[in-house]
Amino acid sequence: MKHLIKGIVASVALSAVMATGVIAEGHKTGGTLVTVLGSNVRNLNSAVQSGIVTGYPGAQLFASPMRYDENWEPQPYLAESWNVSDDGLTVTLNLVKNAKFHDGAPITSEDIAFSVDVIKANHPFKSMFAPVESVDTPDAHTAVLNLSKPHPALMLAMSGQLMSIIPKHIYGDGEITDVKTHPRNNENVVGSGPFKLVEFKNGEHVILERFDDFFIEGRPYLDRVVMRIITDPAARAIAYENGEIHMGAFESLPRIINRLKKVDTLTVTPDGYGAIGPIDWLAMNTAKGPLSDVRVRKAIAYAVDKNFIHKALMQGTAADSTSGIHPDSPFYAAQDGYDVDLEKSAALLDEAGFPVKDGSRMSLTIDFGWPGVKPQVEYVKAALKKVNIDVEVRASADFPTWAKKMGTGDFDMSWDTVFNWGDPVIGVHRTYDSTNILKGVWSNTQSYSNARVDELMAMAAVETDVEKRKALYAEFQEIIADELPVYHTNTLPYHTVFNDKVKNAPMGIWGTSTPIDTVWLDE
Amino acid sequence: MQVLQSFAIRAGYAVILLVAVLVLNFSMMHLAPGDVADTISQSMGGADQELLDQIRADYGLDQPFYIQLGRYIGGVLQFDLGFSFFYNQPVTELILQRLPATLLLVITAQLLALFIGVIMGVVSARKPNGILSHFVTFLALFGYAAPVFWTGILLLIAFSLKVQWFPVAGMQDVTIEGGFWAHFVDVARHMVLPVITLGSLFLALYSRLARATMMETLGSDFVRTAKAKGLSTNQVVYKHALKNSLSPVITLAGLQFSAVISGAVLVEAVFSWPGLGTLAFQSIIARDTPTILGILFFSALVVIVGNLLTDLALRLVDPRVGSKG
Repeated sequence: MKHLIKGIVASVALSAVMATGVIAEGHKTGGTLVTVLGSNVRNLNSAVQSGIVTGYPGAQLFASPMRYDENWEPQPYLAESWNVSDDGLTVTLNLVKNAKFHDGAPITSEDIAFSVDVIKANHPFKSMFAPVESVDTPDAHTAVLNLSKPHPALMLAMSGQLMSIIPKHIYGDGEITDVKTHPRNNENVVGSGPFKLVEFKNGEHVILERFDDFFIEGRPYLDRVVMRIITDPAARAIAYENGEIHMGAFESLPRIINRLKKVDTLTVTPDGYGAIGPIDWLAMNTAKGPLSDVRVRKAIAYAVDKNFIHKALMQGTAADSTSGIHPDSPFYAAQDGYDVDLEKSAALLDEAGFPVKDGSRMSLTIDFGWPGVKPQVEYVKAALKKVNIDVEVRASADFPTWAKKMGTGDFDMSWDTVFNWGDPVIGVHRTYDSTNILKGVWSNTQSYSNARVDELMAMAAVETDVEKRKALYAEFQEIIADELPVYHTNTLPYHTVFNDKVKNAPMGIWGTSTPIDTVWLDE
Repeated sequence: MQVLQSFAIRAGYAVILLVAVLVLNFSMMHLAPGDVADTISQSMGGADQELLDQIRADYGLDQPFYIQLGRYIGGVLQFDLGFSFFYNQPVTELILQRLPATLLLVITAQLLALFIGVIMGVVSARKPNGILSHFVTFLALFGYAAPVFWTGILLLIAFSLKVQWFPVAGMQDVTIEGGFWAHFVDVARHMVLPVITLGSLFLALYSRLARATMMETLGSDFVRTAKAKGLSTNQVVYKHALKNSLSPVITLAGLQFSAVISGAVLVEAVFSWPGLGTLAFQSIIARDTPTILGILFFSALVVIVGNLLTDLALRLVDPRVGSKG
């Protein structure tokens, strides 16, 4: 699960420290940690805005009921303990007694109930709390979530950036759906997390300051966290190197990652992305033309050399990915890949009724939505030429143009990157669920439909026994890898970069989408 | 009176121009497939159809084109540039936050380029075949040919990484404490590289033009007369010839003002300068129509004001300009 980058001794040593748990002794307090955001923040309120850019400031401003350790085990956070009933239909959260919002008001079960309502009404990941029918508040420190069916995905959905507890007395002054445009989402934010907002200057920075009344004694260790907004990856790289920025996450350009790995003062690690779970794949439209034949999809997989993608395009920075689930997830079951075999590929195409005529078997299109993956689609074009498939690369002017094509099924193949977002129920099911066909970008855009897959996902969604759940997902992944609505190639090589001064850098499953209350500066 | 009248006519043209800018751009934005709901869903890692529909309804994107356009123009006529879809902030507020940074960068770069460019032009015109003259020619070609973002990255590698004289990105270091002067010095340090990058492009133009016009002026009769009167060379060059060579340079500077603003988009992107350029770039990517239109509106205003100022400057150096009407 923890795949350390080879050759970085510092990171090995640090991971050894991490494995023994959070260091209680020997930390320094105070100081200003300067970090970076790779794009402009739309909204700081993570209860109504998802995504990795909001996740980092959001998880510092707002606390969630629980947090996760590196072994995917839930740990107490705002909830000091919890209990799931035997039938799995009620989840009781016992809140920390002394917890306060940044304005001094106590955090109560009312706020939990309110936050659940707000998230259900505004957050894009509906599957997180869909089975939650109501939240009872028997006393100020007990919240009881009543479910319509068992919902094991709820545990991860109550951690990281996914369940931010926001104050009812601040954000509850209008309609529940108005919270996503609430004026206090970006200024005068009142949060529940370890840091409070000092200043958010659009396009420039977010500045946070230690919240002295944070409910965990002695935390956070840092006095201030500065998040500078620098959108140019080359400029960020120089800023890590000259020490202007202490730490940053979500660096994904192989060239820059490999360059930064050579800098003595920096640690560059792929750890910390298991829950967000970003994976790259070649999407194939199963409802259109030759690709509706599974043999053609397999022929394409046999013709595309993953090795080339890993070594030449990703330059060794990305991990292999063989199923719809991120390899760091406990539910991941590695599948046998499609090693390049041009003869097999040609045979499958012949069998499917696409013989070579005038040097070509068929013409297909391939789309891409952002410039970073152009090499991948150009490679696919070249690779498929070898089995006499003509491929036309279709560029899109921008994301909405591409999203439109995907959302309406107007494509043959496309390169795509999709995130797991914690439990498979949240970020994996949407791609393969036959009831979610062509419902916007990152839905089941491949129009894939398999009754057994639907059944397996439905069973896994309510299975409370972890081992049984793993078995269901194993069968699910096997079918996906065999029927290939998408051909999984690699993880998106997100890396966290930090210099020697930064201790306890966030490398848990949620990376920077979790509180950095134990990070400290050695200076 | 004549001045007022010509000003009124100009103002009338300006209003027509602004409306055309808004209507044309609104229509073009509308023609492109997809909309801001897609980019909002991108920023959130995906959204279901229900939420997408809700976002579109919230921002009136489900309405027919002419209603959307009518609403927008109606708002602008009441001096309301609308609400940014992407940032949930009034567009005017968003722009006013960013405008000072861009003006600071653009005006500094423009003035420096003009000042240094003219001096270089004059000096090299006096010895057209000297080393300095060749250097100016080289600089002009280089400055004009090198892409702005490339120059920027190169300067960053040299002066922020190899020798760490200047900061990499942004306009200020928020960790700095101290009074006005500490911040002044801080902002000045942040400005050096972006100003050089943006200025180099225009320095090339101005120095070339100043050199050419200066050489022409130096060969004219009145200069010969001045020399014959026994004035010193410096007096001839700087008091007589320079004043007569300035008008083309100033005209060019005025024309280039809009180009400086578009150049700022690239420079701001490289140096993470928190100005209108980065905002424009990000709003286009995000399909944030109200913000894009707002920025175009402001840019058009800035260009119009810039042209008026150029006119004024021309009248100052060359009194004939005004009398021609």
